[in-house]
Amino acid sequence: MSTLQETKITILNSAVFENWVNASPRVDVFATITKDAAQAFLLQGIPTTKHEEWKYTNVTRLAQTAFQVSKSNATLTTSGVTNEKVTADAILIVIENGIINKAASNIDALPQGIQIGSIHDLKDNTAIQKHFLQHADYKSEPFVALNTATFLDAVCILADANVEFNTPIHLMIVNTSNEANVYIPVRVFVAAEKNASIHVVETFSSKGNNTTAFVNAVSEVVVADNAKVNYVKLQGESENTTHINYHRVAMARDSYQHLTTLSLGGGLIRNNLNIRLGDINGTAYLNGLTLARNTQLVDHHTVVDHAMPHCYSNELYKNLIDDKAQGVFNGKIFVRKDAQKTNAFQSNKNLLLSNDATMNAKPQLEIFADDVKCSHGATTGQLDDEALFYLRARGIGEEAARALLNHAFAADVLEGIAHEGIKKNMLDFVNHKLN
Amino acid sequence: MSDDLKILEDVANSEYKWGFVSNFESDNAPKGLNEDIVRFISAKKNEPEWLLEYRLKAFRHWQTMTEPAWPNVDYPKVDFQDIIYYSAPKSKVQLDSLDDLDPEIKATFDKLGISLEEQKRLANVAVDAVIDSVSVKTTFREALLEKGIIFSSFSEAVHEHPELIKKYLGSVVPYTDNFYAALNAAVFSDGSFCYIPKGVRCPMELSTYFRINSAGTGQFERTLIIAEEGAYVSYLEGCTAPMRDENQLHAAVVEIVSHAEAQVKYSTVQNWYPGDKNGKGGIFNFVTKRGICLGYKSKISWTQVETGSAITWKYPSVILKGDNSVGEFYSVAVTNNMQQADTGTKMIHIGKNTSSTIISKGISGGRSHNSYRGLVKINKSADNARNFSQCDSLLLGDQCGAHTFPYLEVSNKSAKVEHEATTSKVGEDQIFYCNQRGISTEDAVGLIVNGYCKEVFNKLPMEFAVEAQKLLAISLEGSVG
Repeated sequence: MSTLQETKITILNSAVFENWVNASPRVDVFATITKDAAQAFLLQGIPTTKHEEWKYTNVTRLAQTAFQVSKSNATLTTSGVTNEKVTADAILIVIENGIINKAASNIDALPQGIQIGSIHDLKDNTAIQKHFLQHADYKSEPFVALNTATFLDAVCILADANVEFNTPIHLMIVNTSNEANVYIPVRVFVAAEKNASIHVVETFSSKGNNTTAFVNAVSEVVVADNAKVNYVKLQGESENTTHINYHRVAMARDSYQHLTTLSLGGGLIRNNLNIRLGDINGTAYLNGLTLARNTQLVDHHTVVDHAMPHCYSNELYKNLIDDKAQGVFNGKIFVRKDAQKTNAFQSNKNLLLSNDATMNAKPQLEIFADDVKCSHGATTGQLDDEALFYLRARGIGEEAARALLNHAFAADVLEGIAHEGIKKNMLDFVNHKLN
Repeated sequence: MSDDLKILEDVANSEYKWGFVSNFESDNAPKGLNEDIVRFISAKKNEPEWLLEYRLKAFRHWQTMTEPAWPNVDYPKVDFQDIIYYSAPKSKVQLDSLDDLDPEIKATFDKLGISLEEQKRLANVAVDAVIDSVSVKTTFREALLEKGIIFSSFSEAVHEHPELIKKYLGSVVPYTDNFYAALNAAVFSDGSFCYIPKGVRCPMELSTYFRINSAGTGQFERTLIIAEEGAYVSYLEGCTAPMRDENQLHAAVVEIVSHAEAQVKYSTVQNWYPGDKNGKGGIFNFVTKRGICLGYKSKISWTQVETGSAITWKYPSVILKGDNSVGEFYSVAVTNNMQQADTGTKMIHIGKNTSSTIISKGISGGRSHNSYRGLVKINKSADNARNFSQCDSLLLGDQCGAHTFPYLEVSNKSAKVEHEATTSKVGEDQIFYCNQRGISTEDAVGLIVNGYCKEVFNKLPMEFAVEAQKLLAISLEGSVG
């Protein structure tokens, strides 16, 4: 065991950090938590590769760069972003450099039972009072601590009981700054009350000429009894962006959540998904797709925590790794002592497209109950020669045949997206990236 | 459910059958560890200067290391100053026949059911019996010598074949490797040495029985197996130890070198005292086992059946350096009561067209924890490397845990790596099926578990397969319904 000193480095320029914390426009009601999180971050520091959870992903350079919160003004307008909406009818919230750009968003005319807005406006809501900042664990996740201590704004999406809302809610998270070493904290809170059903899409992109950017996003999703949340994350930033993402879902009885993560861009992406099946009969799906090129590093860490009996979880992660890129998959399934009759499945399939590509997979099972069905499978390899031969025998050129097979491999992951409009839009992104 | 509980209780109460202490005198070193103790051990064994130097280097390195704490096991901290590092049975006479053997020792073997005569007569197995730290008797040695095979205790080999020891000692597991390997290199007491010359197929299964006997004696075995080009050897290691209340540390090192087209098959049945049902006592088994496939088509195969020890923490590994070399790992690990196991393997693919297979079966009952931890690493140079891993866990109760931590690191696109793992319990439908056909629940569980482990047992040499099934039966006695 490496000592604590070895597994972390304290942020070199702690004065910079102090500035961030002091610069955050705090929401008074949560000040105690944000202060506590700041302490927690200073205690944990930035993890090194000696930390088991960060073994394959080196983020130490974050500690050596003096990142600053963006000082750029909002520049996006409604007309500028309309054609980037996930579907034409989607409700759009633009988060520009970590702050909601209300002018570019269209959240003025929301249907009854749906509330979307900034934490500054919705802080008195009971669901927010109860759940906001309560689920993402800042005591053991340094980047959650950093985010909790420094977020400038938070998007809140609230669906009242029995509201079934089929229009996608699109969070467009954009970095438009032209500054160097910009730090962008993003905070999202989603609560679906009893029997509610919503579709949420997060897209990450960069439009500025920033040399290096550090996006630190945390989403907390609360799914009440029998509620349903379909969630899609699309990560398509520039290659000089380091993106650390933490996504926490707290699930109640009979609830359902479906999450698809598409990591198509960025320089270094680290996804931490943490799904807690906190009551009986919950169902959780986690799908993920990585298309990594050049020197990208994409790391998916997932935790599915079966705390109660009779729950179901299913994970499907596929990675296509090309050039000198690196892929990491670390999937943990916990089945707690009383979580009998659990069904938990996990599948991780990886294609290496270049001889300089690397894939590190670590599918883990930790099981403390006996009456369970759990399995995981992980494979790493290249395209099946026979499939390739089959296509070539039918007159399809090698290049085209490979593209076809790669596409089929990737498209599998998108199949689970429930909303047809969102699925089509995501497929376009994937096709574009693959071609 | 109440049936389950009752039966689990029965299992928990079943006695460790091989617990007894034999009363022959030991020649012990004082407790504790320092340079003087290392020198004492070396002097006791009349070792040459270079080996003492090696031990001292290892000891100095060990002092700079900190005890690792990453495995998924809990145990009280070992006080390395409270261990006797050397203990030898007093009468160390080279014996001409088994009749000259100390009757006390002979009786020990008889109790274990591995009487040398019987082995000699029936099983055609040469046994290098190690009681505590000094080899008492080596059988069949001459028969082996005719073929040029060297099979002796490590200390004898140091005197008789220093050039081989010098060349290979620490070549696979250097003393800098890990905390316990360094400790072993500093204080190793004895062990086995085996050398198969070029093109020779060893005509019999080579076997040693390790026993930890004197109270408070750490057992630091060192085994070195070398198979020259085209050689073949099957090596058996089996362990039982008497019942003790204080924890005993066992930190052995096994090194295997397999040259081009050579094959080494290493089988272990481990049944050390696991502690009582409350987790008191029992052996700590912290072992470093590693083999290297040096040449074209060399092969190393590890088979292990782990039923004993309070804590088992080991990863028999293969470095696949030669092109077309093959590594195999077959394991059954059974934990019961408060036992903990963190075991698995490492397959490091370096050569082209290398392949490895991992089959691991974990069975946990009582309040035990059973973890599989394995690494498959495909280096950039390992074109067309192939790995298949299967790790299954069976849970016999709701107080135990089964964990899987596979690491798959692939840096070559032509490699194919597959890993699958499942966790389940013995199916009620399977038991019902057996019950219907007049098989009692207890027998049914035995049947199902044996079938579950069959893939691994099939890989064991005949003699061991029988013993392994017996051990499994003991471990599962009166088990789950």
